[in-house]
Formats: sequence, structure tokens, C-alpha cells
Amino acid sequence: MTSTLRPILLFAAVSAVYLIVGFAQSWPLCLTILNDGLIVAVMALGVNLQWGYAGLFNIGVAGFFGLGGLGVVLISMPIDGATWAAGTPRILFAFAVGAAAIYAAVKAHRNMAPSFLRHLTVVIVLIAGFFLFRFLADPAIEAVEAVTPASTGNIGGLGLPVLLSWLAAGALAAGAAWAVAKTALGLRSDYLAIATLGIGQIIIAILMNEDWLDRGVKNIIGIGRWPVPREVSLQQAPWFNSFAHYMGTDVRTASTVFVGACFAVLFVAVLLILLTLAELSLNSPWGRMMRAIRDNEHAAEAMGKDVKRRHLQIFVLGSAVIGIAGALYVMLHGLMAPQSYNDPLRYTFLIWAMVILGGSGNNWGAVLGALIIMLLWDEAESVGPAILGFITEPMAAGALKQHLIDSAVQMRLPLVGLVLLLVLRFSPRGLIPEK
Amino acid sequence: MDILNALVALLNYVIIPATSYGSQLALGALGVTLIYGILRFSNFAHGDTMAFGTAIAILFTWLFQSMGIGLGPLPTALLALPFAIAVTAALLLLTDRAVYRFYRKKKAVPVILVIVSMGVMFIMNGLTRFIIGTQDRNFDDGRRFIINALEFRKATGLHEGLALRTSSLITVVTAVIVVALLFWFLNRTRTGKSMRAFSDNEDLALLSGINPERVVTVTWIIVAALAATAGVLYGLDKSFSPFTYFQLLLPIFASAVVGGLGNPLGAIAGGFIVAFSEVGFTYAWRKVLSYLLPMSLMPHGLVQPLGTDYKFAVSFVILVIVLLFRPTGLFRGKSA
Repeated sequence: MTSTLRPILLFAAVSAVYLIVGFAQSWPLCLTILNDGLIVAVMALGVNLQWGYAGLFNIGVAGFFGLGGLGVVLISMPIDGATWAAGTPRILFAFAVGAAAIYAAVKAHRNMAPSFLRHLTVVIVLIAGFFLFRFLADPAIEAVEAVTPASTGNIGGLGLPVLLSWLAAGALAAGAAWAVAKTALGLRSDYLAIATLGIGQIIIAILMNEDWLDRGVKNIIGIGRWPVPREVSLQQAPWFNSFAHYMGTDVRTASTVFVGACFAVLFVAVLLILLTLAELSLNSPWGRMMRAIRDNEHAAEAMGKDVKRRHLQIFVLGSAVIGIAGALYVMLHGLMAPQSYNDPLRYTFLIWAMVILGGSGNNWGAVLGALIIMLLWDEAESVGPAILGFITEPMAAGALKQHLIDSAVQMRLPLVGLVLLLVLRFSPRGLIPEK
Repeated sequence: MDILNALVALLNYVIIPATSYGSQLALGALGVTLIYGILRFSNFAHGDTMAFGTAIAILFTWLFQSMGIGLGPLPTALLALPFAIAVTAALLLLTDRAVYRFYRKKKAVPVILVIVSMGVMFIMNGLTRFIIGTQDRNFDDGRRFIINALEFRKATGLHEGLALRTSSLITVVTAVIVVALLFWFLNRTRTGKSMRAFSDNEDLALLSGINPERVVTVTWIIVAALAATAGVLYGLDKSFSPFTYFQLLLPIFASAVVGGLGNPLGAIAGGFIVAFSEVGFTYAWRKVLSYLLPMSLMPHGLVQPLGTDYKFAVSFVILVIVLLFRPTGLFRGKSA
């Protein structure tokens, strides 16, 4: 009984804290934190699939998250005829050639007898492929970036609905994860961790520097958010004005809250669908097999389970879920800002803290951990300086006091670290332990 | 003459920067490899340990500057380094007592310790940002150049100028001294030998009466010295910001893994392999080629295989290739 009561109580307590934020501070803030929390909850589900189900150590989360955002850009932004004429087909062709070169190298490595000749062939194919790729891609990229660089200068998208792009976001992240898994998944856990950290940094470097792809640090704005309405159009709608009047608030605040609530409903729906799927899979024969592999790889292999394939499968699935979260994030902000992903503490390690806190292996735990840590993280920004102001009250005004108050927001890092260490030490199975 | 010019350009833009960067990586990788050898886990907090040590060194540098103490042409940070090492060692020992020791006693599996080190990483990162802020800081107050490009050109009559920065020389000299001291310690002293014995075979070492806690304590102190030194040297050479140091984790791990985790000699070799490949792949070779090739053969573009923004890709590729084809590293480290 206690095992079913405990999660309900915990979720009720967390909901109560979110309500307190709404009443005591403001509803826009509460909804901002909630929407952030729901997105990271989806991310935490993805990490939990990989780590909790299968014991795969992925700390390239930020990269797959960013790829999800790129998926939205490539699907939902309008078709850009000028760049298609300037060089987009040539870029695509260059990538096809590059992929073919890698494929040829892999084939050569696999089919030739181990010898010096094999090494030579692989190296030559790769180097030739690299230069051919640069030869094909470089002029086309230059041409695309030269097309109205102030506003676009990227290849644009396919002009499809933004909801469809979630699938594309998942697929893009899954594709990247497949490539990573093919090379690095055989590695021991901490090596896999370092390798994924590297992949994450490389993906983010690509997103930040390849202007032809997503305008890099110049950002892409105006990403669609259908079916959620825009604040501005709400403020102009007569029915909304009377609604705001009826609620007794000004139209601006009411529109912010309304839009935030719409997003929250949408995100909760996505989260619930993914959560249901994850729970169903966990309790299926497939889920049992995954956990058997995690707990004893050799025994599972001896029972005839294809450990390598299963690992590949779940790594790709988990990354796809993280990619979907990335799509939600870009949609929420209406903005693709690659630079913001360049913060592994926030977009990778924080997610890990959520999974560990909630209880690795438990999907509900991952969601709970996400909602708690996000609250802690976002509130540190608004409450942190006030708390430090209170603590430093007796101090004389001066540089030190100002420094302490200014860097109060940095205290959320040690706070999360402390939570993580305390959980690992005193309750290593997390708030809602795996059954 | 043209060959000389090419040589000077090569020295200036590839060999000197890669040598000093390689020394910094080697010192960082030595710390990672020692922790792996003795404590048997991959320490993800190492980049932040370096950042913390450097932040403390900067604080002491400011203190000495305000007191008017300096080293003349050398940066004040060198004077601050011993103090930074002491503070970092205190922090690491405190962390060990408060955090790691519990798991050591429990004989927890390495992957748990890796996650624990993630928690420590958060705390150290926040601490560093809290102490010194997030902005880029330059704390090199010594003489900037030993050989000035302009004077070099005047003296030799070459078209290409050679600049040797003081920080490059300091990096290499300090690294050589530190490494020599480390190897002397590991190979010649009783404590060092017991450390190596502990690393090779824990049970045997315990049987022969080696005190494991003592070995661990000494290891953390050495790691603090290595991390703070590497951090300060990197900061003098480039600049200090907590985030850059966090990002150094990847090349440092690549260096340690390439050489073979747990193998100090391998860590040094790995540091230079990673540094030279990184600089070599991200350097625009056009300048060097322009002295060597006739105008008609000159290739278009910068002849830069990879943009500097992708330098991490180089460490990553090296890491993955080594792990796939020779998982124990070039020098046969511990891990299989």
C-alpha cells in the first residue's frame, strides 16, 4: 500500500508547492516554471530509458536536445526558394557523398582481410571523402549564407505544420544517436560517458557555427506554435478582453497566463502519452529483458539475448524522446537559439540529477525529479538574491555584500550538487524507487 | 630563405602553441590518470578542480598585487600557485572525507563514483562561480614576450616573425619540473612506491601493510598540485573562465585514455598527441604553404581542415579511434 501511496503523496506535495508559487509570487512565473519542468520531464524520461532501463551512460543530452530544436526549424520554417536556387541541392548532394564515403570505409574495414592494405584503404577513402565533401559543400554553403544574411541566410525548412516537426525532431535525434551508438556503444560505461559528452559538444558546436543550417548564433525567430494562440492576437480579440475583464485582471497578464496554460496542457498531453508508452514497455517482456540485460549482461547474453542490438535500440529510443523535448522547448520559446544549449550543466547534468533524485528506473520518479529540480533551479533566480539579501542583512554595505547578492543565483549549482550527493548517499534508489 | 620562413611560421603557429597546450593537457591528464589508478574511477569534477585552483590563485595574485609583491618579469600567479595548491588540496581532502570515502568503504561500483563526481562537479563549479564570477579573466601580469615578433624580424631579416611568449616558456619549464618531481616521487620514495603498488594490485598492497587511507590522501594532494598547476598555466597562456575549464574535460580525458588510463607516462604522451592533432587540424596551413609552394600550385582557401570551433571533434575522434582499436591505450593502461 505504501508503495502506491508514496508517489501520490509526493506528487500532491509538489503540486502544492507549484500552487504556492502561483499564489504567493505570480501565475506567469508559476506557469513558466511548470512548462520548463514539463519539458525537462520529457528529457528525464529519455535519460531514464537509457540509464534506468539499460544502464547506458549518456551525458550528451544537450546535443540531442538541440537536434530536436533543429528538427523543428527544418520542418516548420517556410520553404526558402532563393537558397534552394543558390545551393541547397548541392549541399544535400555533398552530404550524400560524405555519407557514402563513410559507408565505403566501413564496408572496406569489414570486408577486407586485416592487413596494412586495409588500413590504407580506409584512411584513403576517408581522407578523399572529406576533401570531396569540402569541395562540394564549401562553395554552396558560401552561396546559401550570402542570401539575405541579415534575415535568413540558411536553407530554411519544408513549411510543414509544427506539430509534425515533433516526429522529425525525434527522428533527427534518433538518427544521430544511431550513428553514435554504432561507434561508441560497445564502450565501458565511463568511456561511453566521455564519448557522449564529446558528441554533445560537437553537435552544439555545429548548431552554433553552421549558419547555413540554422543561422548559428544569429538565432531563428518566429517558429510556429499552432494550436497555441499568440499573446498579441489574444489581446486584440474582443472575447478575450471581456474574459480578462470578467476575471478581473489586465489583458496582458491574462494573455500570458492563458498562453502558458495552453502550452502546459499540450505538454502534459505529450508527457502523459510518452509516460504511458514508457510504462507499458517497462512492464512488457521487452522491459523485463532490458532490465535483465542491465542487471547482468553476461547472464542475459547466455540466455540468447542480443545485448548489443537491445542497447542500440534503447539508446536510439531514449535520444528520440530527448529530441522531442527539444522540439517542445523551441516551440515554447518560438526561438531557436543554439548558443543557449552550450551549457551542459543545465541541459545535461541537471537532467541526470533529476533522474537520480526521482529514482533511476522509475518513469514517474523521473517526472517527479524533473518537476522538483526545475522548481529549485528556476526559483533560485527569483528567490536566491532575496534570501542572500536577508542573510547578509547585518553586513555593512560594500563590495563583498554586493558580490554575495549578485552571485546568489550561482548558488543553485552547489544546491543541485548537494541534493544529488545527499540522495546518492542516503537514498540511492531515489524518491520513488524502482519496483 | 623561404624554407626558413616556413619553418618560423610553423614554429610560431603550430609547434610553440601545441607544445604549451600539450604540457597543460598532460598535467591535467596526469591528475585524471592518478585518480583512476588509485581511486579507480573517472573523475568528472577534474575540470572544475582546475578551475577552482586557478580561481584561488587569481585571488592570491590580486592580494599580492595589492601588497606590491611581484616576481618582476614573471607573473605574480607563480608566487600564488603554492597557496592555491594548498587550498585546493584542502578542498579535495575535505571532499574525500565527506563524499568519496563512504563509497570507498562500501566498495561501490565505479559508475556510482562517476555519478558522485558529477555531484561534486556541480558543487565545485558553483563554488568557483560564486568566488570569482563567470566572466573571462586575464591575470598574466608578467612580461608578455621573450622574443618579440618585430625584433625577431629586424634581427634576422626574415619575413616571418617569431614570437615566444613568456607564458609558453613558463608552461613548458614548469611542466617539466612538475613531471620530474612526480616521477621521482613515484619511483624513488617509499610513499610513491606504495602508491604504485596500490595501483597495481590493491589486495597485495593491503596484505603487505600499506595503509590505503594514507595512499589516498597523498594521491589527492598530488592531484590538487597537478590540477592547480595545470589550471594556472592554462589561464596564464590563454585566460580563465569557469566554463572553458569545464570544457577542457574532454581533451584531458582523451589524453589520459589515449595514453592508457592509469599510466602516468601515457598521460604525458597523450597530452601532446591530442594537443598537436588539435592545433594541426585547426590551423590554416595556407601561410606555411605559401612559402613552400610556387604561386601556381597554391591551393584555394585557407587550407584549414577544420574550423577552430570544432577542435573538440579532434579530441573526440582520437578518443573513439583509440577506444575502438586499442582500448587499453597506446601504453597499455589498466582498463580493458
